[in-house]
Parts: sequence; structure tokens; C-alpha cells
Amino acid sequence: MTTRRQFLASGATAVAALATGISARAADTPGITDTEIKIGQTMPYSGPASAYGVIGRTEAAYFKMINESGGINGRKINLISLDDSYSPPKTVEQVRRLVEQENVAFLFNTLGTAPNAAIRQYLNDNKIPQLFVSTGASLFADPEHFPWTVGFNPSYQTEARIFAKHILANHPNAKIALLYQNDGFGKDYQTGLRDGLGADHASMVIKEASYETSEPSIDSQVVTLQGSGADVLVIAATPKFAAQAIRKSYDLGWEATRYLTNVSPSITTVLKPAGLEKSKGLIYGAYVKDVADPGFKDDAGVQEWRGFCDKYLTHTDFTDGNAAYGYSAAATMAQVLKQCGGDLSRDNVLKQATNVKDLSLPMFLPGIKLNTSPTNYNPIRQLRLAQFNGESWQLFGDLIAG
Amino acid sequence: MGARDILLARLGWALTLALAIAAPFALGSYHLYQLTQVLIYAVALVGLNLLTGYNGQISLGHGAFFAIGGYGVAILTTKLGLPYWAAIPVAGAICFGAGFLFGFPALKLGGLYLALATFALAVAAPQILSYTGFDAWTGGSQGLQLGKLKPPAWAHVSADTWTYGVALIAAILLFGFALNLVGGRVGRALIAIRDHAIAAETMGVNAPLYKTTAFGLSALYAGVAGGLSALAVGFVSPESFTLPLSLAFLVGIVVGGLASIGGAIFGAFFIEYVPNYADQLSVQFGESAKALPGAIYGLLLIAMMAAAPSGALGLIRKIVAALFGAERA
Repeated sequence: MTTRRQFLASGATAVAALATGISARAADTPGITDTEIKIGQTMPYSGPASAYGVIGRTEAAYFKMINESGGINGRKINLISLDDSYSPPKTVEQVRRLVEQENVAFLFNTLGTAPNAAIRQYLNDNKIPQLFVSTGASLFADPEHFPWTVGFNPSYQTEARIFAKHILANHPNAKIALLYQNDGFGKDYQTGLRDGLGADHASMVIKEASYETSEPSIDSQVVTLQGSGADVLVIAATPKFAAQAIRKSYDLGWEATRYLTNVSPSITTVLKPAGLEKSKGLIYGAYVKDVADPGFKDDAGVQEWRGFCDKYLTHTDFTDGNAAYGYSAAATMAQVLKQCGGDLSRDNVLKQATNVKDLSLPMFLPGIKLNTSPTNYNPIRQLRLAQFNGESWQLFGDLIAG
Repeated sequence: MGARDILLARLGWALTLALAIAAPFALGSYHLYQLTQVLIYAVALVGLNLLTGYNGQISLGHGAFFAIGGYGVAILTTKLGLPYWAAIPVAGAICFGAGFLFGFPALKLGGLYLALATFALAVAAPQILSYTGFDAWTGGSQGLQLGKLKPPAWAHVSADTWTYGVALIAAILLFGFALNLVGGRVGRALIAIRDHAIAAETMGVNAPLYKTTAFGLSALYAGVAGGLSALAVGFVSPESFTLPLSLAFLVGIVVGGLASIGGAIFGAFFIEYVPNYADQLSVQFGESAKALPGAIYGLLLIAMMAAAPSGALGLIRKIVAALFGAERA
């Protein structure tokens, strides 16, 4: 059966190739037919990072919307999104399945620092684009050594440097405590703070504590940090742990200025579980619009997002910053595929992914423009600080480039 | 075991071996990679079964020995330039030492208390591996990248087939050793200690020695499996060896059948394939069920235990008995 179908498909491709000439190139690339672009990703639908699963669901919904309106240049997008439980050996297995069994054209927005690190060599060896990886770890923007791996999130170090600038300007005598996840993500905040504070680093950061994603609770780390007498707390934690840290620091009666990493500002999955009252005063470096912010009530981008959620997702997803992130990543991918035109060879997909010019997205803050080039694999380089007032994030100050 | 059962068991092993050797000729690279994982898990499960199934010492921490083996091979090959075929036995020996030493405090702890102590081992492993002080050796939280396993020129096979072959040879050696062990004097001593430690000692069995050795051997199996895993995956990081891995091993030996060597193969198939099926099944319930693979895995596990409370091998024995009638021993 399969052979016959393949035979028919190849026959159809050959006819189309004769007709247009352009499609011949498409037929050379796995996952590309005249009617379909097959792409793959891994997501932690189960396990400690499962709060991010909504990103994969939103992206699938976005491509569904694109497909219902005719696809891109006549081709429908088929996203195969597999669960890796945030376990690198599982990621390798699933990515091999995507590449060798499902024959995807390329990988899109695979989530996590360690999972992406585990598959990077394999994908680069086989010249398969690993596009817009869902992590801000600085090691994924390395065009010289890993030309097929392109980053997406603003780098964690960038955000930490922006925090440092803000601390120096507003609390020059601050005593800083840092809570970080013990991996590349958390340590980037350590590095970024060190860079941003410069000579003052040693005297200002008085206590650091780390945790593992396998720990059920990080209350003891928060207690230790409070005990140090710090008056600024930087929380570099993924959603579940960020919620714990926010709640615990409040329950302890610790009146510190709290900075929160921009992987965890979601009101739905972080602040509500932590308690909205307990989240008051948090500061983070924003690039995604917060739908609860009254300032964006009549914003065209938010209206578009609301319409999308009504049709393809749920109301809970509408308020989830992670979902809005997924929407934006998928829109970036769609833009790159549009730029590709009829040539969907892996070479051209990479070329267009590293040739994004001043792209504004409906759910990214006004003024934020995505740019990539063959030497710049970090599309998002601007952030704006925002503070939580108990109901929504309030933006303040200007866009800052870190 | 009667003559018929022995014959059936031998037939089973011969068939398994024949299938394992035929696999690379019939399967594509991805499926071969999955089978390599099955072999690796099977080796670890045999090790855990020697300890838990045969000797009655519960371990929730075999992921830690798996990690030591994995990091051992990664460090030996990338930092010290040892060839992989030498690194695997060395990593196994290191794990034997680690397991043997851990066996001493384990002597003081029985049942659930030992389970808790080993649980601590599993929780601590990822933390210790990402400790900054060891960065130069372990790569810290970024992990270590291993080169791809290169088949020698004379072999004329792909890297995947070669990796599978290496895992298969290791598995054959270790399965053979385990079968010999449990079939003989040592195996009887291990079982006697599990069933009644005082009676065993009265019969002249040196319980502390056997128990610590069982721990060491069990850790050796886990370590070799971890080393093979590092070679197959080509990457180790603290996130590769978290608590769920240790729990998966325990699930594997219970599903396969406690105190059975052959059961490890069924257990290995279960922990490799069932989470994938759970993921695929969860899609059938619509997009919003995408977050449910864990719940579906749980249901499948309950169904499995209800259908085969004595493990997959126990179920097969029951079916054989029902088909041919129980045999007098």
C-alpha cells in the first residue's frame, strides 16, 4: 500500500515539477510536498516543566488557523509535536523519530535548554534546521559552530543585565539575593547579574541559592535567602518553582524588591497559583503583551489574539503569557515560510530564518522588532520592565536593549 | 522447574536471541535506536532484579548508579581519551565499588528504610552532577557531549547498527552471567537471605557479604547500562538521570516479573514503549488532552498490574500452564 501511495505521490510530484520547475526543489527535501510542509518539535507535555505544554498546543492551533485559510503559498503546515517529559535522552529519541520516521523538514521551537543541547549536534551533523529554539540560553546563538541552530527567546543574560541596570539606578545600596535553577538557564542570570553590576557585584550579591527541577519544594532555599538580610530578590526559576518562591517570600513577611525571570510571568500558571496579592510588586523584563493590562484593552493585537483564542483555544489560554508566546513564535515561523516562497529546501529555510527584518508581532510589545542575520541568531533583543499591581503587569520606562 | 519448563525457557531464550540478531537487518535506524534503548534498560533491570527480586533489598536509587556509569563513560572517553570499549568495563567496575560501599550502610536498613535511603541517592544524583566544583569534569549543568560511536572500517555497518551490536554483546554477556549466578549456589544463597535471613545464616550463608556483593553487582549492571546509554544518546546532563528514571526501573522489574531474568526484557519494552504510546493515545482525546500522557501512562500501568499481578513472565507461565496443564515438579 505504502509503496503504491509513494509511487503515486512521486508521479504527482514529477508532473508538478514539469509544470512549474520550482517544485522540483521541494521534492528533494523530506517533509515537503506540493501540498504540505511537515515540521516537528518536542514539548514537555508531562513531567516537571509541563506548564509549557500550552506553547505546543497554541502553535498547533495557529497552524490549524493558517491551514484553514489555505496554508502558505498553497502548502498546509503539519506540526508533529511529541512529548519528551523534559528528559534529554527522550528528546533525542523523539527527534530521531521525527527526522527518520516522520521525515520532517525541520525542527521548530523545541523546548528546554538541556533537551536542545542534546539534539543540537545530531541536527547540525545532518544539516537539519533547528529553528527558533524555545530557550534563552546564550549557547544557542552560535552561528560559527552550530549554523543550523537559531535562537528565539531574548537571552537570559540580557534580562539579567537589564535587572542589574535597574537595581543600580534605583537601589544603589541594595543587598541582592539570587535564587536560580541549577542549569544553564539559571546560571545565565548569575552571569548576567555579574556582568551588569560590574565592579559592585561582589559587594552587592550577598547570597545565592540554587535548586534542582527534581525537588518537590524550594521553601528552604527561600528561607535561607531571607536569612541573609537581603532586600532585593532575583528569582530565576521556571513556573512551578517561581510560584513557590513568590508565595514563600511573601509568607515570610520578607519585604524585598522582587525581580522575576521572563520565563515565568504568566498570571495563569504562576501568579494565580502563588496568589495575586502575594505577587504584588514583582518586576520583570517584558516582551509579550499582558492581556490583563488595561492599557492594551483596545489594542489591535490583543483583539486579534482574543478572536484566535475564542475560536481555537480557551479563555484560560487567552490570559496565559506562555500561550501568547507560542502564538508569536508560530507567527514568526509562518513569516519565514512566506519568505521562502516556492523553495522549501533546508538551505533556503535556514537562509530565510536568518534573514528576518524588523518583524513586529501582534502579541509582542509595541516597538519590539525581530531581526536576524547570518551573524545574529538572537531575534529578540529588546525588553521593557513591568511591575505587577495585583491585577496586571504595568509597563514602565522605555524599551531597553541589553 | 520440570524438564518441560526448562525446555520452554531455553526455546524462549533462543528465539529472543535470534530475533535480537535479526533486528538490524529488518529495522530502520530509528527503530534500531529504540531497541538499543530496550537492551540498555534490560541490562539495568536485570541488575535491579538481582538486588530487589532475588535478594529482597528495595532500591529506588538505581538511576544514580546509571548516572555514574553514564558520566563515567562520558568522562573517560572525552576527557581521558579512553576508547569506549575500555571505558564501559571501567565504568562498570567503578559502579561495582560504589554499590559495594553503599551496601554496607544498607546492611543496617531493611525494607522501606532502605528504599528511603536509596531514594535519597536518586534525588541527590542530579544535584551532585551539576555541582559547580566538578564543572571541569562533568560539564556542570550543560552536560557533556560525546562523539558519535564510529564503527571500524571492516564492519561496513552504520553507526546505529554498531551501537546496537555493542549493546547486544554487553547484554548477552550480562544476561548469561546473571542466569548462571541465580541458577547456582550464589543464587540460592541470595534467595535464602531474602526469604529468611536468620535461617540462611544458620545454614552458614555469610549474609553481610552476599548482601553487599549483591548491591555491588546490581550497581555494576546499572553502571554498564548507563555507560551504554551515554554512548547511544551521545549526551549526558543532570536532567538525563532524574528521579523518574529510578522509578521507571522499579516499574520495569515489577511489570516484567520480580525474581526473573527473562522478565527484564518485558519490563524494558514496557518502560521504553508505553510512555510513547501514552503520548500518542492522549492525542486521540483531542488537543486539550495533550497534557495527559502521564495520566494515561498511569492507567496503562494499573491495567497491566491488574491483568498480570505477577509480571509479564508470570502471565506467560500461567498461560503455558493453562494450555498444557500444570506440570509436576
